[in-house]
Amino acid sequence: MNFGLTEEQQILANVAKRFLDEKATMPKVRDVMESPTGFDSDLWSAMAELGWLGLTIGEDYGGAGLGWVDLAVLLETTGRGLLPSPLVSHSLCATAISEFGSDEQKRRLLPSLADGSSIGTVALVEDGEVLGPAGVELTGIPDGEGFRLSGKKAFVQDAGVATVFVIAFRAPDGVRLGIVTAEGEGVKPHAYQTMDETKRMGDLVLDNAPIAGTDILAAEDGSTALNRLLDLGAVAVTAEMVGAMDRAHEITTQYAKDRTQFGALIGKYQGVKHPLAEIYVDIETSRSLVYYAAWCVTERPEELSVAAARAKAYAGDAFKRLGVDGVQLHGAIGFTAEYDIQLYLKRSKWAFPAFGDPDYHYERVAAELVTAGGGS
Amino acid sequence: MDFTLTKEEEEFRTEVRDFISQHLAPGARKDPTFLANWLKAVREKRWVGFSWPEEYGGGGGGLMEQVILKEEMSKAGAPPLGLCMMGLQWVGPAIIQYGTEEQKAKFLPEILDSKYQWCTGYSEPAVGSDLASLQCKGVRDGDDYVVNGQKIWTSLAAWSKWIILLVRTDFEVEDKHEGITCLLVEMDSPGVEVRPIKNMSGSSHFAEVFFDNVRVPVKNRLGDEGKGWGVTISALANERSGISEIAGLSRDLQELVELAQNTKRNGRPVIEQAAIRRRLARVGTIIEGMRLNGQRYLTKQLRGDPLSSETSVNKLHRAFLAIEMGDLALDIKGSASQYVGSSNGAGGDEFKVPSGALDWPNVVIGGGTPNIQKNIIAERILGLPKD
Repeated sequence: MNFGLTEEQQILANVAKRFLDEKATMPKVRDVMESPTGFDSDLWSAMAELGWLGLTIGEDYGGAGLGWVDLAVLLETTGRGLLPSPLVSHSLCATAISEFGSDEQKRRLLPSLADGSSIGTVALVEDGEVLGPAGVELTGIPDGEGFRLSGKKAFVQDAGVATVFVIAFRAPDGVRLGIVTAEGEGVKPHAYQTMDETKRMGDLVLDNAPIAGTDILAAEDGSTALNRLLDLGAVAVTAEMVGAMDRAHEITTQYAKDRTQFGALIGKYQGVKHPLAEIYVDIETSRSLVYYAAWCVTERPEELSVAAARAKAYAGDAFKRLGVDGVQLHGAIGFTAEYDIQLYLKRSKWAFPAFGDPDYHYERVAAELVTAGGGS
Repeated sequence: MDFTLTKEEEEFRTEVRDFISQHLAPGARKDPTFLANWLKAVREKRWVGFSWPEEYGGGGGGLMEQVILKEEMSKAGAPPLGLCMMGLQWVGPAIIQYGTEEQKAKFLPEILDSKYQWCTGYSEPAVGSDLASLQCKGVRDGDDYVVNGQKIWTSLAAWSKWIILLVRTDFEVEDKHEGITCLLVEMDSPGVEVRPIKNMSGSSHFAEVFFDNVRVPVKNRLGDEGKGWGVTISALANERSGISEIAGLSRDLQELVELAQNTKRNGRPVIEQAAIRRRLARVGTIIEGMRLNGQRYLTKQLRGDPLSSETSVNKLHRAFLAIEMGDLALDIKGSASQYVGSSNGAGGDEFKVPSGALDWPNVVIGGGTPNIQKNIIAERILGLPKD
């Protein structure tokens, strides 16, 4: 039994921290987030050089061949710095193709994802935000070996800059996953302004768009594959959340050590120090839950769903509270645009519903509890 | 990161499971000699004081083995490994660390053999969370200390033969953590008086203990004079990361789920209420979080890094769960939860007020209130200024 990082994982975290300190400082983050696309190709190239864009892609396909625990380490660290990049959606796209693609598909698609020349994302959810096969209404009408797709995917991360989309659609025989590209016929991505400018999202509209038979993934059971991708999305987002929480907590704790009121540092008062202690408990526990979920991805796939649900639910509540308390404990300065703590509040608002909010995930945990009991 | 066990650990787990299936067969507990036989058998296995060094009669078990043993016993709902709870948890470890050879030779075997209970004399009427301000006085007089003062909230005092007692032997010190001395006192010494305190659930788990010119031989001092605070701290630090409680908490949660399935209110099974489902799920998630936190901290220890105050994390969770799980039982049951005892018919069943609903202060307040745990985290881990 060992619930700690390996030396290699520790190095990965340290390299990522240095990257944030040198190349993605908060002024840089603000520049990128205020740009029209919210995307910086120099940062993206630098991330590719570090091997991050193909972290979980097999070495045969140009990747680093690492696992989801390693990815969680990376996302926790990039989450600390609110690094604006499509890393989460890109990693999900790469994992979808790695897990459900044929060898031909992997050879064709993964190398360019690994070197960053393609930017990947996933388009799994639609308006109404039903997380799962029941929410897939986008229609695939058989057309030769492939389909013609019509409909709209919603809440697609990085829709404005992605070039490769893993998409869920409804074929006559059930849910399928396939791949479309941004420049494909009838494919129309739309990016929207978001409250958290470091996290861009949008729609993907498909208007009788052709998808070739060679671009269909997971022909066996699209619903199971879709559910797994949604679980992976929850794990990835939660790993980022843990990093963001850790940093927001650090910033606030430091402020409590610097700010004097009533003749004492405010961190001396229990009204300030106790919330900070409670949030520490929340972060520690979120971290334990999400790393276990990341470990389950390959080692205990049958436990992934409930492990991911626990992590996302718990961290969702925790970050919501920290987002508000972080600003509040700063007093008025906390809600100036100039102070970074407000950026973490916005991130907490983005992360809360992403891949399912706490109500949704706790319901999944409850269903599991009832089943496990085998009672009436 | 790897949550699987090594071959040796798996073998040990199998050994424990085999022992359990052999000794806890269905119906075995009805035998009047069951408990005595159980205690004898686990003692022979050296699973009583399993973490203690072998030279003192313990099992010399490693951290992982301790966890496995506790997990399996807890899952099986097994009787305790030894009855002398405080002796096993902290008095024994403190004696191992600070005791004289004579003290070790006398007390350690008696603790391992469940000969009698120990109680713990720390809190005083004016001194609760601020323990270092204690006033109970010990004055050296020849080969004895003469003790005068009062302790309170002393769990098991009425049933204990010995008390581990903190007294102030020096009132002139600048730092109040100095000048405290730890004494081992026999409860039937002349001048010791125990007055049980009835608590809100109706039991008398704890008591006041009065000391009126009680003479304690110097040979029963644990550690150096004036250095009792260090003895106390090391004893409290002996508490583990709470892993052992997980299986029991999971069982309690499953009972709550079943209660919610079997209780109808507003014409529907309570388990269908979204708010109740969310609370149950959150409790389950926190139990799992505690298990995983415990494993993370255990890994740290196994790698040779001492823990600082991380155990306070799970203590805060434990306090929350104690209150929330007691409340859940009441909230699921509704007004029927108010009938005390098993014979009242409103629920038409054997429902009793769950002990947790009113007994949670034992868990929440004993060993440091939540506010104290938060101070510990804020000051020792986060480095915030002391208040």
